Amino acid sequence: MARFLVRRIFEGLIVLWLVTVGVFIIFYIGPGPKGVARALAGKQATPEVVAAVSHRLLLDRPIWVQYGHFVWLLLHGNLGYSFYHDQSVNSILAAAFPITFSLVLGAAILWIVMGVLSGVVSAVRARSLADRTFTLLALLFYSMPTFVLGLLFLLVFYYEFTIHGLALFPGSGYTPFTTNPFEWFRGLILPWFTLALVSAATYTRLTRGSMLDVMGEDYIRTARAKGLSERRVIFRHSLRAALTPIVTQFGLDVGLLLGGAIITEVVFGLPGLGFTTVQAITQEDLPVIIGVVIVASVAVVVANIVVDAFYAVLDPRVRLH
Amino acid sequence: MSLSSNAATALAEPAAPVAEGEAAKKIEGKSPWRLGYERLRRDRAAMISVAVIVLIVLMAIFAPVIAAIVGHGPNEQFPAPIGVTVDGQPLGPSATFLLGTDTLGRDVLVRIAYGARISLIVGFVATIITVAIGAAVGLAAAYFGGLVDSSLARLMDWLLAIPFLLLAISLVSVIGPGLTVLIIVIGFLGWASVGRIVRGQVLSIKEKEYVEAARSLGAGPWRIMFIDILPNVIAPIIVYTSLLIPVTIVAEASLSFLGVGIPPPTADWGQMIADSQSVYQYGAWWYLVFPSLALLITTLAFNILGDGVRDAFDPRGDQLFV
Repeated sequence: MARFLVRRIFEGLIVLWLVTVGVFIIFYIGPGPKGVARALAGKQATPEVVAAVSHRLLLDRPIWVQYGHFVWLLLHGNLGYSFYHDQSVNSILAAAFPITFSLVLGAAILWIVMGVLSGVVSAVRARSLADRTFTLLALLFYSMPTFVLGLLFLLVFYYEFTIHGLALFPGSGYTPFTTNPFEWFRGLILPWFTLALVSAATYTRLTRGSMLDVMGEDYIRTARAKGLSERRVIFRHSLRAALTPIVTQFGLDVGLLLGGAIITEVVFGLPGLGFTTVQAITQEDLPVIIGVVIVASVAVVVANIVVDAFYAVLDPRVRLH
Repeated sequence: MSLSSNAATALAEPAAPVAEGEAAKKIEGKSPWRLGYERLRRDRAAMISVAVIVLIVLMAIFAPVIAAIVGHGPNEQFPAPIGVTVDGQPLGPSATFLLGTDTLGRDVLVRIAYGARISLIVGFVATIITVAIGAAVGLAAAYFGGLVDSSLARLMDWLLAIPFLLLAISLVSVIGPGLTVLIIVIGFLGWASVGRIVRGQVLSIKEKEYVEAARSLGAGPWRIMFIDILPNVIAPIIVYTSLLIPVTIVAEASLSFLGVGIPPPTADWGQMIADSQSVYQYGAWWYLVFPSLALLITTLAFNILGDGVRDAFDPRGDQLFV
């Protein structure tokens, strides 16, 4: 186990290094750095001012000097400073992460419960009305682009409700949990359901398929023959064995979204990592972009390791090395 | 009839057991293509979605005709009070504007018809690029093996680990928006998943006898890869292609929604939906709802068709996508 972890963390670090190099090259080759100094200095600025700005940000230096500077800071746990906001990237990310985390945490609980339950019902009662309904709903939400569902939710539950005197949900914005837990919850209900519904569809189909495979196995017949209750057969014997592909998908999805649920955050005006990224990219705020990309990649890498380690716990046949 | 002639017939035709006779007759002399096609034809949901897709394609092709019939160009702005209210708000559906107008007093119906062009072009072309690259890389990785395989497999793992949207937004904002850029960025970012599937399939058949036979007859690697192996992995490729089209359409719409896709004034569904955000809270629901419906109907039709294609051509069903 320890050897496995060390090897995977080492591999993860290599991926992270490649990602930072990739982002640096993309933005260095693009019009980014030159445009940034111009934009920062303002329209009226003389060439000297632009040159001074670009010197202060090291933008006039060769790419390896800039990259070396970035790595040097990174090794000290410092991701640098935003080109535009008078803030360190660390503090920008620290402010944005709890928002993304709140969003993904609530949505993940919702989608795993909805997806697995509907999938189990579909598998146990295959070809029933419930199965057909869930399959159809899964197809519908699977086809639904996130921003379409989010905006339709806003149109109905925010706009229509509010003009009819039922101001249940805010239209956008985020209230920290520590400020007001109730407002935090209220503001996140629509984003949670948006993200959960578009994601749950995959889990419904995955659970259904996986459960149908498992329930054809001999040991399920044995469990029934022993006289176990159907509930126990379904949840203890079948679902546990069917969970492997579901856990994989769940780990990867959560990992990916923790780096920023871009569309959901933009639709609902939640200033999390995804929202911050879009803003930083349109402003070509390179330090912030690299910061988000690093956080996102760390989340994906960690999720991968956790999923692999979790197999060993879930499935006694799996040994790690 | 002598015994020996009976035996001879039995030898010449190792007849199928009676019970299988009926089923055997049904598939007798039919290629896998023919069988898949016949299975697909019997799938009613898939056939309905084919009809819907044909309608959307016709709408895209004949967008100028639709514009001519209603008499409004796609970028034609109608000033107040014809196209917008006196305080500059969009107008709802009416006899003149069947699906209402947008923030600039343009006809939403005509713009939806023109927007279908972008969605379909990006959907098809980017998918073809993705599948072509993925198939070539997967084939090469599995066929050559060794260092080629391990480095290509690593590259695919790496590409799959990066959030697609993040990379696509970065690339488009660096290169600059536009239809070609969008097609290339979407087409070049998604191939890793195709590559992985093709690699797995090729690995399982490259040791088969007929590949060995081709090699001993002196066939070169290119001939073996493209003439002997590729046709045998084409079924999963077709299935994946049909399921990839709606994903690509959503990717394009998402990028345009985020403002890094098709630049205005070209009509585009994602861009229209993004634009509607500023007015739906003043009551202009039609500007949000109709482009959303166009997008949803399109992706739903392609997904149902993709499901049907998978059931028809890949007997092992879900396994491919777990």
